[in-house]
Amino acid sequence: MTGSLHINGTELRASFRGNELLLDVLRNLGCTEVKEGCREGACGSCLVLLDGVLVNSCQVLAASALGREITTVKGLGTFHEPHPIQEAFVEAGAVQCGFCTPGMVLATFALLKKNPKPEEAEIRKALDGNLCRCTGYVKIIEAVKLAAERMAHHG
Amino acid sequence: MDEKPRKRTHVGRSVTKNDSLALATAQERFTADYPLESPLHCAILYSPHAHAEITCLHTEEAEALPGVVDILSFQNVARILHTSAGQGYPEPSPYDAVLFDNRMRYVGDRVALVAAESLEIANQALRKIRVEYNVLEPLFDRQRAMDEGVPRLHGGEDHAKIPVAYEPEKNLAAEVQIAFGDLEEGFSQAEFIEENDYSLPAASHCALEPHAALAYIDERGRLVIISTTQVPFHTRRIVSKLIECPLHRIRVIKPRIGGGFGGKQEVILEPLVALVAWRNQRPARLVLSRREVFVSTRTRHAADLHMKTGAAKDGSITGLQMDCLLEAGAYGTHSLTVLSNVGAKVLPLFNKIENLRFHGRSVYTNLPVSGAYRGYGATQGYFAFNQQIDAVTRWAGQDMVEFCKRWHIREGETSGVFKALGEGKEGVSQVVHSCALSRCLDRGAQAIEWKKKRGKHLRVGEDKIKGVGLAVAMQGSGIPLIDMGAASMKMNEDGSFNLLVGATDIGTGSDTVLAQIAAEVLKIPIEKIIVLSSDTDLTPFDVGAYASSTTYVSGQAVKACAEKIADQILATAATLLETERENLVIESESVRDPKTERTVSYEEIATSATYNRDQYQIQAQASYTCEESPPPFIAQFAEVDVDTKTGRIEVLRFVSAADCGQPINPVLAEGQIEGAVVNGISYALWEEYRYDKDGRMTNPRFWDYKIFTARDTPEIQTILVHTEEPSGPFGAKSIGEVAINGPAPAIANAIYDAVGVRIRDLPITPEKVWRGLNNTEHNEASDSAPATDKNRPTRSERGNSP
Repeated sequence: MTGSLHINGTELRASFRGNELLLDVLRNLGCTEVKEGCREGACGSCLVLLDGVLVNSCQVLAASALGREITTVKGLGTFHEPHPIQEAFVEAGAVQCGFCTPGMVLATFALLKKNPKPEEAEIRKALDGNLCRCTGYVKIIEAVKLAAERMAHHG
Repeated sequence: MDEKPRKRTHVGRSVTKNDSLALATAQERFTADYPLESPLHCAILYSPHAHAEITCLHTEEAEALPGVVDILSFQNVARILHTSAGQGYPEPSPYDAVLFDNRMRYVGDRVALVAAESLEIANQALRKIRVEYNVLEPLFDRQRAMDEGVPRLHGGEDHAKIPVAYEPEKNLAAEVQIAFGDLEEGFSQAEFIEENDYSLPAASHCALEPHAALAYIDERGRLVIISTTQVPFHTRRIVSKLIECPLHRIRVIKPRIGGGFGGKQEVILEPLVALVAWRNQRPARLVLSRREVFVSTRTRHAADLHMKTGAAKDGSITGLQMDCLLEAGAYGTHSLTVLSNVGAKVLPLFNKIENLRFHGRSVYTNLPVSGAYRGYGATQGYFAFNQQIDAVTRWAGQDMVEFCKRWHIREGETSGVFKALGEGKEGVSQVVHSCALSRCLDRGAQAIEWKKKRGKHLRVGEDKIKGVGLAVAMQGSGIPLIDMGAASMKMNEDGSFNLLVGATDIGTGSDTVLAQIAAEVLKIPIEKIIVLSSDTDLTPFDVGAYASSTTYVSGQAVKACAEKIADQILATAATLLETERENLVIESESVRDPKTERTVSYEEIATSATYNRDQYQIQAQASYTCEESPPPFIAQFAEVDVDTKTGRIEVLRFVSAADCGQPINPVLAEGQIEGAVVNGISYALWEEYRYDKDGRMTNPRFWDYKIFTARDTPEIQTILVHTEEPSGPFGAKSIGEVAINGPAPAIANAIYDAVGVRIRDLPITPEKVWRGLNNTEHNEASDSAPATDKNRPTRSERGNSP
């Protein structure tokens, strides 16, 4: 099937089979910022926002994303204009290998949108679907706190 | 940080990792992210049997499928014995594997590979390959591996490359033995003997990025490999041999790597994509699924340890015996060296024990292949060692913190074990020049409130009892007289520098740490150092990211290289300032003559050298091989609540106090510790390979092989206790591995402290604790009560025989 995918504000024509996963279609379109860590919704590496809702793109058929707004981590900020969450991850030392980082950043974004001043327990709960083997989560949690603080000050 | 003894500009500063913004904004590319022009997609057929001979392999039907381009199997791939272990040459691991064999040695062994125009076609073709097996009796019980009459996995042409104990006809992949003093005499002097068995399961590294490799032929017909490797140079060497392509025609590029932890210190996929690309002169791509990573890559060596410790009345240890049986699994990668390290990284820590024996064996079984894993044997050894020490101190009525402070190795001291146990050969004698373990113990004890909580059995609510436990550990910094790292550097005319290192940043931050070392020598902002690491065409050699070597070994190469650059800068500056170089000092991006107060900037120096006068390229290279392996030290404390009704264990806090010398970048050093700690806690409580009766892993997915998430992780506190290691770059030692050694024994000791239940086999499940609680009255537990036999949990069934 063919259809339009709205990715980070850009419309892209894509053709894919009806049973293809959003993860695969996005990566085939060049959105390699969406990472594959387990392909069964257990690690959070492939998170995207679908109409603002956090989903594991390996658990969503591409067909079901047609006409909906897909946001990847690249939709939040860029190297030259990073999102405050991305800056906070850098400054807190929350990025080691960086493979889980796109998913972590998106999970943080979704959390802070709903709950701009999360308690630590709420942060831990919000990141429960994201695995990281490098950091022990310590500096990731610090990064989320730092981002929340910054975003509260700067809107 | 404890203290800051020396004034340094860049070393000791937590600058942000130089790739972190590009990673956070997802600009960086990992292996699977690289585009290839119409690549062949590879998929692998694995053995469903733990032990079998392929009697017939029919690929015709698969080959006939449109889009299938190549099928590799034992029928058409050269049989070249090798080890997949990414180690220096000659490797200390046995040559017991070929790329494709007609003998299958575990469920997950490789039968065939299909290369096709799409992954769908490749997977479809796998289903059309018909294999007939003569199923052989499997061997799953490592304890029985050397018995008469059990199946043998290897033999024939399999051999060791170096003179070591290797007897495939007995399923013996490696054997190591050392002894000091008179053990029996030592035990006869003992007032108290603590003798126990310990057991640890296989575990997966769980780097978030699955293994992947790409290969293509470049414009001049050379083979280029991009892969998720910790060992690019070893990969080039091993691939060259396996695909019979001259080394000079191969280039290995390491992009960003999504974590390694030892799992990517193996050359598994690269020869396969290389062969496909080379045979077909087309790009090839192979990306493993998580399931394949679990089943077909490498694991931590499962281990059984038998420990016997004799102690005199005052607690001094009169004799220590450590016997270790490691499970190599189907192939012997890293089996000798991990085994050596069980003793070599543990026994020197209490160096005053005169009567000592270590005996270890690694044996083949028809189970997944073990390999390198952060901690590398030390993790297995310290699990047993620290519980033995806990028991001895309880018997002697001594505090474990004070006991460790009394007995640990000190600055100026040595241990015969350093010399006796090396990596496949004799080790290297060394004296410890830096050790702050006593301070680590004090700082950690204070942070966990040891005195307030130890032995107090504090009640938390109705059913929970609190306990605290301690574990101490050391590791090494590189493999002495073996590991070599090299760096080269050149100066650009704007006063910036390219730093090229073979060292392999796999997410550790070594690109940043090495840049800090260079910046410290040259007194320039770190942004002015452009780092490129691990491209076999562009960067000099380095063994790669393993053995806790990068900061210490590669760091010294970078330091020496930057010093040579500084010499050239001074020479050119002397000409420009019309003076002798001895009169000059390097300051912030410039050279100054203190007598005349004249200065010349780096930019002026580089511009002059490049364009104007006596032109030459300011550049240098340096290599470094360590002559010793200074240990980092760590004291780790766990605070747990044990639910006496359910056996549930909650780790509330975990404190690590570590001496890694001068941390080059404290935040990155903390990150190494924190990651290792949580990996270690996760292993202590949850992680294990489980097998069905046929040797098939039953939990090869993150839903069933659970690892800790942010929600599961307790409060983690990390304390860096400063020392200066005189042999290290700016006082640095390693920090990558040591922190994974303490969590399991510290938690086990804390559980004993709470409820008097000893768990000697991982993972420490609520069931085991509950069983222990129900075999004993937990109010028996007290600081001076040794573990009695009835406290011991029933040993669980081996995972492979449910």
